[in-house]
Amino acid sequence: MTWIAIRMLTGDRQKFFGLLFGVAFSALLISQQLTIFINLIERGATAVYNIPTANIWVMDPVSRTPDVALPMPPTALDKVRSVNGVEWASPLLRSGATVRTPEGDLEGVTVVGVDDATLIGLPKKFIKGSREALYEPDAVIIDSVGAAKLFPEGFDPIGVRLELNDRRAVIRGIVDVDPSFTSQVILYTRYSNALAFVPGTRNRMSFILASASDGLTAKQVTTRITEATGLKARTREEFARDGVDFIIENTGIPVNFGITVALGFIVGVAIVGLTFSLFIRDNIKQFGALKAIGVTNNKIRMMVAAQALLVGLVGYGIGILLAAIFIASGAANSPDFKGFYTPWEIPVLTALVVMTMILITGWLALRSVLKTEPAEVFR
Amino acid sequence: MSEKRTAITINGIVKEFSAGSQMIRVLHGIDAEIRSGELTYLVGESGSGKTTMISIIAGILYPTDGSVSVFGQDIYSLSDNDLVRFRLSNIGFIFQQYNLIPTLTAAENASVPLVAAGMKRDEAVERGRAMLDKLNIADQADKLPRQLSGGQQQRVAIARALVHEPRLVVCDEPTAALDAKSGRRVMDLLREVALAPERTVIIVTHDNRIFDLADRILVMEDGRITHDGTEMPDH
Ligand SMILES: Nc1ncnc2c1ncn2[C@@H]1O[C@H](COP(=O)(O)OP(=O)(O)O)[C@@H](O)[C@H]1O
Ligand SMILES: [Mg+2]
Repeated sequence: MTWIAIRMLTGDRQKFFGLLFGVAFSALLISQQLTIFINLIERGATAVYNIPTANIWVMDPVSRTPDVALPMPPTALDKVRSVNGVEWASPLLRSGATVRTPEGDLEGVTVVGVDDATLIGLPKKFIKGSREALYEPDAVIIDSVGAAKLFPEGFDPIGVRLELNDRRAVIRGIVDVDPSFTSQVILYTRYSNALAFVPGTRNRMSFILASASDGLTAKQVTTRITEATGLKARTREEFARDGVDFIIENTGIPVNFGITVALGFIVGVAIVGLTFSLFIRDNIKQFGALKAIGVTNNKIRMMVAAQALLVGLVGYGIGILLAAIFIASGAANSPDFKGFYTPWEIPVLTALVVMTMILITGWLALRSVLKTEPAEVFR
Repeated sequence: MSEKRTAITINGIVKEFSAGSQMIRVLHGIDAEIRSGELTYLVGESGSGKTTMISIIAGILYPTDGSVSVFGQDIYSLSDNDLVRFRLSNIGFIFQQYNLIPTLTAAENASVPLVAAGMKRDEAVERGRAMLDKLNIADQADKLPRQLSGGQQQRVAIARALVHEPRLVVCDEPTAALDAKSGRRVMDLLREVALAPERTVIIVTHDNRIFDLADRILVMEDGRITHDGTEMPDH
């Protein structure tokens, strides 16, 4: 009977395509929006993941994320270095500033000052220039997203002079990093330089990057650091998570995406439910005839289940494929989608949502078929 | 006359429908016997209870009271599933509106009871095709119902009703949707193909153009059988 069920459905092109459209639309919208959502909030962690060597971040107890931090006094560095179990520790400065481009435009940037001696905190992957260039006078290294933002396409920014907080800065290299949540331009420079760029008070060390000694976990060492210094210490994973949580808690993003996903689900249920029930209504006499002829309710259930399954699988496949194409082409072509990927949870979650949708609509459709008395076909 | 044995025994059938708060009695205790090997007509004015009666005989409508025995089986003592299976192997249905599946070809439509009984698709469709041949529409076997005339669609429906060789065939107003000529042709064919010594054929109709094909006519009035004979009563 399965082939009959499938033919009943696929033979009615309009409704079949309507059903596929409904499911595919939902699957596309839900998976695409979830992917963008996840990738966006994960950008709250890129500043942390861009520094792979440091598995411990130390900061003032009130600091929350790489961008929401209260600077510490310079003495904190020695305190952390003297904690038993700390392999090495180096200072990191992160501070907002403004640059004036040669064209005279003003742009907000994040200045990142990395340890003069080791350059720990500087991303590894250079598109142009090299680490050594940072030792040249007034040298800054710009991130790839920032370069794309500040300069026209194809323009080589090496050697360009910027006014960074009224001081001269010269671009000496471009590093490849995943964009941060705000996609702000990042200028890397040596710590001593950064102190000059960023005007201010005595306390300007935003973070201390550290590494646990062999045989100790990062978690164990963070506990020791906090006990010994009173500073807040987080493992890399914890601090990455803090950045993500901060976005979740302090922006309307989860709500907005949640609404879109819910709409995708509701619109999907509405389209699929309506089309499915139209299909059933058009075929109710035929279902009634089948029941009179001698098709048991169980077989009817299997028929409707086969129809729902077909619609669900094909529609889901189309939707996920379109979403994957969208994300992949976006990641390849637009700096806004740079580094976007689809975590495996999203197709799985979308499958669950589509399944729920199919179960709800299939059940509604089935109910009207099962309710039909075979005697009604003689009316 | 020995082949005309009693096939169906109807005993004190009462059927009531609820209409709001009250019950309306549609069949008032009907007793009848229907024989195999002949074409039995159930005729009567609209609303007299013919459809209700044939539905009860065919095992698709539970009576309020009374019993129906088909080939010795008291059908309403069967469980729901057993009754469905009993219908599948013993009864062929022909409906006024054909009720063919619009997206299946004629041959596939004709094969439905065999498929429902678990037969492989190819074999079932072949048998459906052979049945269409007996009804002289083999050339239409690969067409969809909407590409066929009403008379051709009803012949496909007849093929579907006979393909699994049921012992009882029930038809409710099979010619009501057809013009006189094709109605006549369909009934001639039905009589020719369906009638067999071991088979019982019951036709509900009020189409007086085809009364002459009946072997036996039961007339219903207001939920009672008021005439039983080989011809229509004169008045
Ligand atoms: N499901 C039902 N609910 C209520 N009344 C019904 C139902 N089916 C039939 N009836 C009533 O029973 C009577 C007989 O109907 P029916 O058997 O269809 O007559 P016929 O087929 O001779 O026209 C009619 O008055 C009809 O309104
Ligand atoms: Mg009727």
